[in-house]
Amino acid sequence: MAFTKTVAVTGLNAGDNPGPGVAVVRSLRSDPEFQGRIIGLAYDVMDPGLYLPDLLDGALLLPYPSEGRQALFDRLAYARDRFGVEVLIPTLDSELPALLDHEADLAALGIGVFLPTRAQYDVRSKARLAELAADHGIPVPKAEVLVESSPMYTLHERFEFPVVVKGVFYGAEICRTLDEAVGAFHRMAAEWGIPVIVQEYVAGEEFNVCAVGDGRGGMLGAVAMKKLVLTKQGKGWAGVTIADDGLLDLARRTIEALRWRGPCELEVMRSADGFHLLEINPRFPAWCDLTAGAGQNQPLGVARWAAGETPSPLPAYEPGIAFIRVSLDQIVPISALEGISTRGETTETPRNPLPTPHLPGSIR
Amino acid sequence: MSLAAERLSDLALSPTGFLFDPRTGSTFTVNATGAAVLEALRDGGGLQEVVDRLAERFAIADADLRRDALEYVRVLRDHGLLPPGFELE
Repeated sequence: MAFTKTVAVTGLNAGDNPGPGVAVVRSLRSDPEFQGRIIGLAYDVMDPGLYLPDLLDGALLLPYPSEGRQALFDRLAYARDRFGVEVLIPTLDSELPALLDHEADLAALGIGVFLPTRAQYDVRSKARLAELAADHGIPVPKAEVLVESSPMYTLHERFEFPVVVKGVFYGAEICRTLDEAVGAFHRMAAEWGIPVIVQEYVAGEEFNVCAVGDGRGGMLGAVAMKKLVLTKQGKGWAGVTIADDGLLDLARRTIEALRWRGPCELEVMRSADGFHLLEINPRFPAWCDLTAGAGQNQPLGVARWAAGETPSPLPAYEPGIAFIRVSLDQIVPISALEGISTRGETTETPRNPLPTPHLPGSIR
Repeated sequence: MSLAAERLSDLALSPTGFLFDPRTGSTFTVNATGAAVLEALRDGGGLQEVVDRLAERFAIADADLRRDALEYVRVLRDHGLLPPGFELE
């Protein structure tokens, strides 16, 4: 059934650690049923996703999350009036706190979302992941949540080394000695604030699952992936879909336990004694276009359900479908930056280009 | 279906020797000898069947083929392509 809504997508940064926005848009565009319009919501004029050919019908700059919820909602109201935005797919962790539990406010603006509740979002946080083990038997590594450094000095009494020291939002360091762990604690606290999480190190192979929950305990779709190439930051630069019943069962149990609503990414380690859930990211991952490529277009599903369609399970996916990321230079006339630079919005995207600019003749 | 047969039937082996394990995402390249062993194993063959299959294609003494087949099965086991306890009999 054709989908004709206007969808706004965030996270159009696409550098060496890309946001998920470009992947979400490419998934939508790749489906013949998608006959709507797509508006890119960016934070920076130089977000590369603004300049990809055939991606966007228009674009708008958003205020940074630090400017607060009201500034964001004012801008979204403008996006609704100016571009007719009917559906929003936020893709960045930092955006979610301002949106969760405000679906009614967004609906009043005429914008639909498919997101978890604040309570669901909080339980999946690194700091509270252990509750999943205690309450639902989901295997997660042993962890401590620390708000001061003094317990770090007795870490060896409670953990075997190595351990993983994690920032509350981003960042993780594998530490082989007490000194390394104490240093990592202070680095994480300085960069991301407290608490800092110390987690048992689980050796094994890492897998990822991109999944969507219906908010009532049901899983609408899940695609499992093994990273084939990692960047220095540990981000996947290539990967392939895999089929492992145990991994997908862990995803199903996790979604059920959280009663998760919307998209998420599970980071899972397989060790000699089975799968361990390391982390849950509360949004699409940057590799989510692979779900569409493998036959289970999760971004289109989320767009439909955000628009009010009744959620139903997505089709099965095909294992053995790979993605290989690429860096390339996009060549555009400087006028391509004009609208977004001067007015913070544009309808003159590479999909709808400006007339040829009046520039000096060729320079020899 | 035995655990080993199930595992082997999952593997995607192309005629060029490109091998994809859809359970782990790992890929391998196997030569003609490796492909012949894998195909024999997938057909449910035991050690004698694997040796016979290799003997049809390679003019090598049975004792060498037997040793090579057992060694190759160990390599497959080490890479998780066969269950840990699998032995070719």
